[in-house]
Amino acid sequence: MSSALIEVSNLEVTYGSSWARRKGTGIRAVRDVSLTLHAGRTLGLVGESGCGKSTLIRAIFGLTPVASGVVRAFGEDVTHLSLRKRRHLGGRMQMVFQDPYSAIDPRMTVHEIVAEPLRITGQYSRGRVDELLDRVGVSAELAKRRPGEFSGGQRQRVGIARALALNPDVLVLDEPVSALDVSIQAQILNLLADLQQELNLAYLFVSHDLAVVRHIADEVAVMNVGEFVEVGNVNEVFDNPKHKYTQTLLASIPKVDIR
Amino acid sequence: MPLRDPLLEVENLVISTAGPNGEEVRLIDDISFCVEDGEVVGIVGESGSGKSLTVLAIMGLLPVGVTVTQGSIRWRGKELLGLRDRELRQMRGRDIGMIFQDPMTALNPIRRVGVQLAEAVTLHQGISRRKALSQVHELLHKVGVPEPERRAKSYPHEWSGGMRQRAVIAMAMANSPALMIADEPTTALDVTVQAQVMKTLAQAREELSSALILITHDLALAAENASRMLIMYSGQLVESGTTRDVFLRPSHPYTLGLLKSLIHEGDERAYSIPGNPPSPRGRSIGCPFAPRCELSRGRIECTTKRPQLELRASGSSSACHFAHEIDGDIANKSAGKAQNE
Repeated sequence: MSSALIEVSNLEVTYGSSWARRKGTGIRAVRDVSLTLHAGRTLGLVGESGCGKSTLIRAIFGLTPVASGVVRAFGEDVTHLSLRKRRHLGGRMQMVFQDPYSAIDPRMTVHEIVAEPLRITGQYSRGRVDELLDRVGVSAELAKRRPGEFSGGQRQRVGIARALALNPDVLVLDEPVSALDVSIQAQILNLLADLQQELNLAYLFVSHDLAVVRHIADEVAVMNVGEFVEVGNVNEVFDNPKHKYTQTLLASIPKVDIR
Repeated sequence: MPLRDPLLEVENLVISTAGPNGEEVRLIDDISFCVEDGEVVGIVGESGSGKSLTVLAIMGLLPVGVTVTQGSIRWRGKELLGLRDRELRQMRGRDIGMIFQDPMTALNPIRRVGVQLAEAVTLHQGISRRKALSQVHELLHKVGVPEPERRAKSYPHEWSGGMRQRAVIAMAMANSPALMIADEPTTALDVTVQAQVMKTLAQAREELSSALILITHDLALAAENASRMLIMYSGQLVESGTTRDVFLRPSHPYTLGLLKSLIHEGDERAYSIPGNPPSPRGRSIGCPFAPRCELSRGRIECTTKRPQLELRASGSSSACHFAHEIDGDIANKSAGKAQNE
């Protein structure tokens, strides 16, 4: 059985002035959320904009203060450790963004983009960068180019290569295929599936696209106004949604249904 | 000869821009289609396929440096290309209502919503502002905005995305246009809101009995709303037909690929069309889809001769030299799958 890499229990995140938070009148962006990420497994996280998905991710990464609850990473309590104090984790937790182009310096070459985390940690070698790019299907001659010349799918491959640079155990993927065209989405999803199998990665896969989540996730958590309203095996939840919000969500998806 | 000219007729349209060395680069390469009164036509394609450019050309709103170099766009038989700005301005909003992807960019952020909508009314109907404002309240009520009198006094940033898009639909409806064009109207919205907004749009269209061109990258959204479908790839029209024919018996390998790319439950691996679409400059003289096509397998016709849109036995028209090889074969399987979805 796979072991728990990330464990979040009863997490609460509150926004507002410190006075409001003490008085309990702040906005509770995340309420009583618990989740576990296992090696080689994917947890899908679905919910609409403003439901608290991003706040939850920020709290897991230590980018926003946690009001109560515990975040454990690789067996260690990191709930109140800032990003700076988490350096000893050595990048075991990495992030893949929806639009990698907005997260990188467009003047850097693709090689430099992937090399950056390696240089910062003093592990750079040309061969390692080539290997990473090769692994995600970007050919070596493209490494000299800048991301502006790349299509959306190629950029996302570069984003994934960069996230993999420090040999992480956990990838948090925030809408990684939402900005891509249908015919390209599948290429990236297959790449992620291959990488997971090969490197035994744990994924937290955030998406508003339920079909994509169903395809890639083992388990799914449905989030609404800061809470997990339903958690379970992805097929069970989608075939037999128990919570009213999950039902509404599933009923809203347009379907190709022609008779 | 038809008794009456169609509402909108686009014929052999070519839209070009200049390349870095001054050479002509065709962004839209010879497309033809028409829209009849009251019908819903979906234009489906990936980003860069030319969907938006096509409708911008219809509206006379092409960006600087991009021009129509060939072809004709006719409104009830009357040529639109070459019309003066003044005449075009009169058409926009009166005959054609436009709904854009991002309602925030379609609304002026520093003017009250009601005032903006009233402007769209007074501009074309020559009635008093007061009368226009009461029309606006009625319109907002129709598109499902609660408390329209109060909300009309507020600014766009005070409205949610879904409500803003309703306001834009109300604005497009204002002058009862014969055609509405919606360019990715729900792409920026959450899925539950998308369903509500699409319902509003369908109701608006029904009430005005106007035609609708729905531009989307979402096949399922098009399937749910359009009766006819145009599939675009790399600036060309590769397939057109009724939604039923196109989805159940696609007769172009690209359409088939798109249908297979829809993720189906239980599939171990997601189907993907290999490669990337060509850039307008990198398009070959043959079929633009040939380099990614499973059917072509490098056959010489595909790379040397541009296929023309032809009516197929399956009911739709497609631009493929080997369309007959698709019919009934893989198509049936994928259609069955799409149905089970």
